[in-house]
Amino acid sequence: MEVGILAYGGYIPKSRLKRDEIFKAHSWFNPGLKGLARGERSMANWDEDTVTMAVESARDCVAPDARENISAVYMASTTFPFQDRQNAGILADALNMKSNIQTLDFASSMRAGTAALVVALQAAKGSEGPILLTAAEKRMTKAGSPLEMTTGDGAASFLIGSGNIVAKFLGGHSESVDFIDHFRGDEAQYDYTWEERWVRDEGYMKIVPTAVNALLEKSGVSASDIDTFCFPVAARNVAGGLAKKLGIPEEAVADNLQANCGEAGSAHSLIMLAKALQEANPGDKILVASFGQGCDTLLFEATDAIKNIRPNMGVTGSLANGRSESNYNRFLAFNDGLNMELGIRAEVDKNTGLTTHFRNRYMAQRMIGGECSKCGTAQFPKSNMCVNENCGAIGTQEDYPFADKIAHMNSYTADRLTYSPDPPAFYGMIQFEEGGRLMSDFTDITPDDELSVGMKMRMVFRVKDYDNKRGFRRYFWKAVPVAATTKGSE
Amino acid sequence: MASGIKDKVAILGMGCSKFGERWNDNAEDLIIEAFIEALEDAGIDKSQIDAAWFGTGIEEQHVGKSAVPLSMALRLPNIPVTRVENYCASGSEALRGAVYAVASGAADIAMAVGVEKLKDTGYGGLPQRSRGAVNDLFWANASAPGSFAQLAPAYSAKHKVSASDLKRAMAHISIKSHDNGSKNPKAHLRNKITEEKVMNAPMIAEPLGLFDCCGVSDGSAVAIVTTPEIAKALGKKDLVTVKAMQLAASNGREAQHNSWDGSHFVTTRAAAKRAYKEAGISNPREQISMFEVHDCFSITELVTMEDLFISSEGRAVNDIMDGVFDADGKIPCQIDGGLKCFGHPIGASGIRMVYEMYLQMHGRAGERQRDEEPVFGMTHNLGGFPHQNICSLTIIGKEGA
Repeated sequence: MEVGILAYGGYIPKSRLKRDEIFKAHSWFNPGLKGLARGERSMANWDEDTVTMAVESARDCVAPDARENISAVYMASTTFPFQDRQNAGILADALNMKSNIQTLDFASSMRAGTAALVVALQAAKGSEGPILLTAAEKRMTKAGSPLEMTTGDGAASFLIGSGNIVAKFLGGHSESVDFIDHFRGDEAQYDYTWEERWVRDEGYMKIVPTAVNALLEKSGVSASDIDTFCFPVAARNVAGGLAKKLGIPEEAVADNLQANCGEAGSAHSLIMLAKALQEANPGDKILVASFGQGCDTLLFEATDAIKNIRPNMGVTGSLANGRSESNYNRFLAFNDGLNMELGIRAEVDKNTGLTTHFRNRYMAQRMIGGECSKCGTAQFPKSNMCVNENCGAIGTQEDYPFADKIAHMNSYTADRLTYSPDPPAFYGMIQFEEGGRLMSDFTDITPDDELSVGMKMRMVFRVKDYDNKRGFRRYFWKAVPVAATTKGSE
Repeated sequence: MASGIKDKVAILGMGCSKFGERWNDNAEDLIIEAFIEALEDAGIDKSQIDAAWFGTGIEEQHVGKSAVPLSMALRLPNIPVTRVENYCASGSEALRGAVYAVASGAADIAMAVGVEKLKDTGYGGLPQRSRGAVNDLFWANASAPGSFAQLAPAYSAKHKVSASDLKRAMAHISIKSHDNGSKNPKAHLRNKITEEKVMNAPMIAEPLGLFDCCGVSDGSAVAIVTTPEIAKALGKKDLVTVKAMQLAASNGREAQHNSWDGSHFVTTRAAAKRAYKEAGISNPREQISMFEVHDCFSITELVTMEDLFISSEGRAVNDIMDGVFDADGKIPCQIDGGLKCFGHPIGASGIRMVYEMYLQMHGRAGERQRDEEPVFGMTHNLGGFPHQNICSLTIIGKEGA
């Protein structure tokens, strides 16, 4: 059976930090950053990490009813929230997957995303069901560094397998070269980088062509036949220079999304691939290359199905759903770049009992509630006694997933008293269309957003609380408006 | 059907500490302050108290667990003492324990003590703390003002009251409570405020501004109760008796079932029906002389006037703006300044409310004494959040009324 991409999706956080605002803060120290001070970079909210972005992109890629046969969940990143707790496992849990699947994390290189894709394409040949793979990145960058300007946060997901594929895998080739353009050692928070000119001339321009040429030779495809060339590096003209050197048409060079996203590390080549697929026509040949201690190259050809199987939002939709952020201080605060006075309220201990967590994981991570088999009432959380006053049946609750249900907002507030990393804290009572309700945290809302009773909300998987004392974080679901509107814009 | 509590128990004496920022007093000091007043008022000796109930909400901030801190503070002679906690309704819960003990005949004289020290947190507002290990996994990051604030948009949506009209009525509530509090020497906040000040105050939780929120205070209140017969034997005249005590607890319907619209209190309505029945009151708007309601936030007072069946549904704004609940209105509400200005030391508040009703019935409320002699006074003490709470109602009145 021919393997390839069955579905794809992407997620870019809503907030986009204006680079000229970053530059304004640092021009006194490094006027040379001016050359990068254009466009916007995506910026994860305080409650987003690579796992939550992975979940959102995976939901974009695979609808709940299409997750049944998935045999494995891979996750790639160099910025996992957990060093020892499988991150792909949290992803699979949030997606309400069954337990008899393989879960696997790919890490330690900007090639982690493509490495996972290569492995998935190989493994899918012999697997019982399709493999879901997600790459996500949220890099920590030093204030005033070029990386702070050029990087962005985001995720992309792919469902790999055989059957009604949207893109055929024509082949791949990897080169492994311990070329250290940057590194991040054990316990280091930030990358250490070497001179860009050397990285360009000795790294990109030498290692990538070797890998691409090997791939083209193996697959018997001519460089001139490439319709889209995805190369994730932020530096200007590198992809174009490579294309020229390789004989790939100039117009095939894909936008590296510097203008509206920034380079999302090990996820970026896959974010570009997801975007390329969203824009592809049947027959298009898409070449993806990554760079990090070598180079992975993969070649795909879009099938006729590319027109019919679409992501929910996709990278394109996600990119269009942005909101400009002009407050660089907020970015710093979200990324531990400022020693903020958070107030005594922030000192509440967020310790999580792991027994409590495990016992309640279906509630807390999957948002599984209950449905009464006697009266049909849906409730959250699930309990052994039906909440319907006219029923009250005992032991009739069946698992009922809420995460993908649409709710309407019944009441809300913007709370400036409670501690929130991004005050005011928005929350309110939401009521699900098919039954059930919850006093729910809201997220991705600003004071400029118009909130009104009755507006439609959907659930997103986010960090609920950080336990900085112990390095733990607990996740839960929060509500976001299905269609956000700005005050006074109606 | 149970016959209820009506006229089975009389209030023998009451006391209340000054509420406020009592930086230099421990909870035990506040208890003693209120206790001395109550004991003198009762005209009995400490040894005559058969049992005591101790209400406090957030004991981690002051005395710690159990009833021992009360027994030790007052050097009670090894009598039964019970600690009760029911959110902000803990004070009423202590009183309920004492009243029921007397009504049952288990005690001749019983005492209820409520206390709270909230000003040792280092910040304004209620202490922020864990809500329980499982709840912390999924409860919204909600504060008290943020939870109660949500009554406003839900009420506006249901009754088609504009946000600005609602906010103005809420402001009237706070202005009235500050006017009343200014006449109360024991009140935490004694300044008068203007509508302009309320409307332009910093936002705490939309649409609640600073002046829509009650004071968070240190304080204690004490009630000593007995049977009407013993009270008379002790020389008491013009007895004030307990007419009704009712409590309702949320069962998850508001939080988890879609039959609640978020604009009112399910518990208050349930408890009010029972309380009026127990007290034999058929027309509360005409029969109740005055109210102390749980005005933790202005919007709470507004919707509560409907939930107690005083204002008809959707009409509280009109009654409030017409001055019905002002000190000189038809049915004064918070004539002592309420939680808003008398202050809100959680465990003491329920007993403080009854204290004011009791003073008014005896004509001992000083500058704020109502001219028209009150017959029935009702207190409404709420604990928790609109979507899951405890509502405790007490009606007291002149014996025989």
